[in-house]
Amino acid sequence: MPTSTKMENLRYRIIYISSPFFVLFLWEISARTGIIDARFFPPPTQILKQFIPLFVEDKFYIDIGSSMWRIAAGVALGFIPGAILGMIMGLSRTARAFFSPLVALTYPIPKIAILPLLLIIFGLGNFANIMVVAIGVFFLSLINTYAGVGQIPKIHFEVARVFRISRMEVFKSIILPASLPGVFTGLKLGVGYGLILIVAAEMVAANAGIGFRIWMSWETYLIKDIYVCLATISTIGIILSVGLDKLEEKIIHWK
Amino acid sequence: MPDSSDIILRIDGLDKRFGEGPDAVQAFEDLNLEVRRGEFVCLVGPSGCGKTTLLRTLAGLDAPSTGTLSIDYEDKEKTTPLAMVFQQHGLYPWMNVENNLRFVLKAAAIENGRHDEIITRFLDAVGLAKFRRFYPNQLSGGMKQRVSLIRAFCVYPQLLLMDEPFVFLDYQNRMVLHQLLLELWTESRQTIIFVTHNINEAVTLGDRVMVMTAGPGRFKREVVCDFPRPRNVVELRKNAEFGKTVVSITEDLKEEIEKAQALESEGRMKSGDNDRISRMRGLEV
Repeated sequence: MPTSTKMENLRYRIIYISSPFFVLFLWEISARTGIIDARFFPPPTQILKQFIPLFVEDKFYIDIGSSMWRIAAGVALGFIPGAILGMIMGLSRTARAFFSPLVALTYPIPKIAILPLLLIIFGLGNFANIMVVAIGVFFLSLINTYAGVGQIPKIHFEVARVFRISRMEVFKSIILPASLPGVFTGLKLGVGYGLILIVAAEMVAANAGIGFRIWMSWETYLIKDIYVCLATISTIGIILSVGLDKLEEKIIHWK
Repeated sequence: MPDSSDIILRIDGLDKRFGEGPDAVQAFEDLNLEVRRGEFVCLVGPSGCGKTTLLRTLAGLDAPSTGTLSIDYEDKEKTTPLAMVFQQHGLYPWMNVENNLRFVLKAAAIENGRHDEIITRFLDAVGLAKFRRFYPNQLSGGMKQRVSLIRAFCVYPQLLLMDEPFVFLDYQNRMVLHQLLLELWTESRQTIIFVTHNINEAVTLGDRVMVMTAGPGRFKREVVCDFPRPRNVVELRKNAEFGKTVVSITEDLKEEIEKAQALESEGRMKSGDNDRISRMRGLEV
């Protein structure tokens, strides 16, 4: 790579890394000089200090653990059936004809709007929260897997047909790996959406979790705690996203 | 007159039409052809004359509308009847070079114990031994097409169909692959039906070149290319007869291209016919 391109790449990398710090710095100065109201926008350094008591005294990690556990369970419950049904719809015209209108009718419903119904059905507790996540993840997994199967290049099937590859082998060695990019997109979107849904659900229907903590902080006017929760959600989101990207690179290495 | 047992492929009054009514597209009509075992036949013709459709029909990927098509395979259970090299390499991106070959070998009637030896031999033959564990996205266009070529050869098919396999390659790569194909074929002597736009390519490779008319395609002329074998792609170009053959086919094709343009301007054949065929083929599939 020529030196000028290297320098340019480095320049953009520095801009990329420093932009959050720059905004935090502006925020700090603005809050400390009174340009913005420090009651609603406390300086980032004070928010950072608030992490320690929250984790040590208020056992915030239990809330994080609760939310993470619900996301994991919800993703598992929603992703697997979604991927299976998406695959069936991608492969069978009959299944597509049967399920497409059902998906089209139910997909646009905001998933959090189903929570009251789930609370009635399953009662207060973990399961209703998990189910909200599962329903949200299910649709994303289904739609992306279905799209992934639909986008398998025709030539892959024609090669298999010409070389007389068995149907079982076509499924195992062509359809499954070829639809993996779509399946993974569904998983990544599902995990991100699951994080949004669980926080929303915990605000109304849980007694632990990050969403619950945000709601409690709002009720007790602990603004710094709200910011700590938001920063935590953001960090979890980044870790999950980077982790899934790495996993995808490893599994779908040919992409 | 060849002995009838020498004939592997016989097509008689073969027709292929896509769709019905005024929107129907006639890909080719009334095709008659006999191909001997071990013969290398090239099909050339203007765009949209149905060359690829004919090849796909032979491969069983498209069904003929009328006419008969018979392929006389010897001992179908113990040998691989047919293989095809496509315009696009069609390698499976999640399988490395070795596994792409192994995948078709497993489905072919070749004992498992011989797979490694066959893979090694063919990879050596095309100079890709070092790339055995590489994935298609790590190979150049020419290398991918070489793998695609040996994928078809390694199952030792009785009939090998090749649909413009070198169309996306540059001139230099194409020359290299012509030589390679000739060497592979000299060794195996399978029957090959090779579709191409490139007249030089057809005359270089084939025993016989079938020139097709503008759409709907019919066989216009048969040109025998009895240049001595084994052939060398560079030496062959120095042969005066080679040049004359290329010029004579070019004149035929020029006439057909002019006819196709005239038909197009009269509105009897639309330039989008190939696209329409693809769409209709999708519907049929």
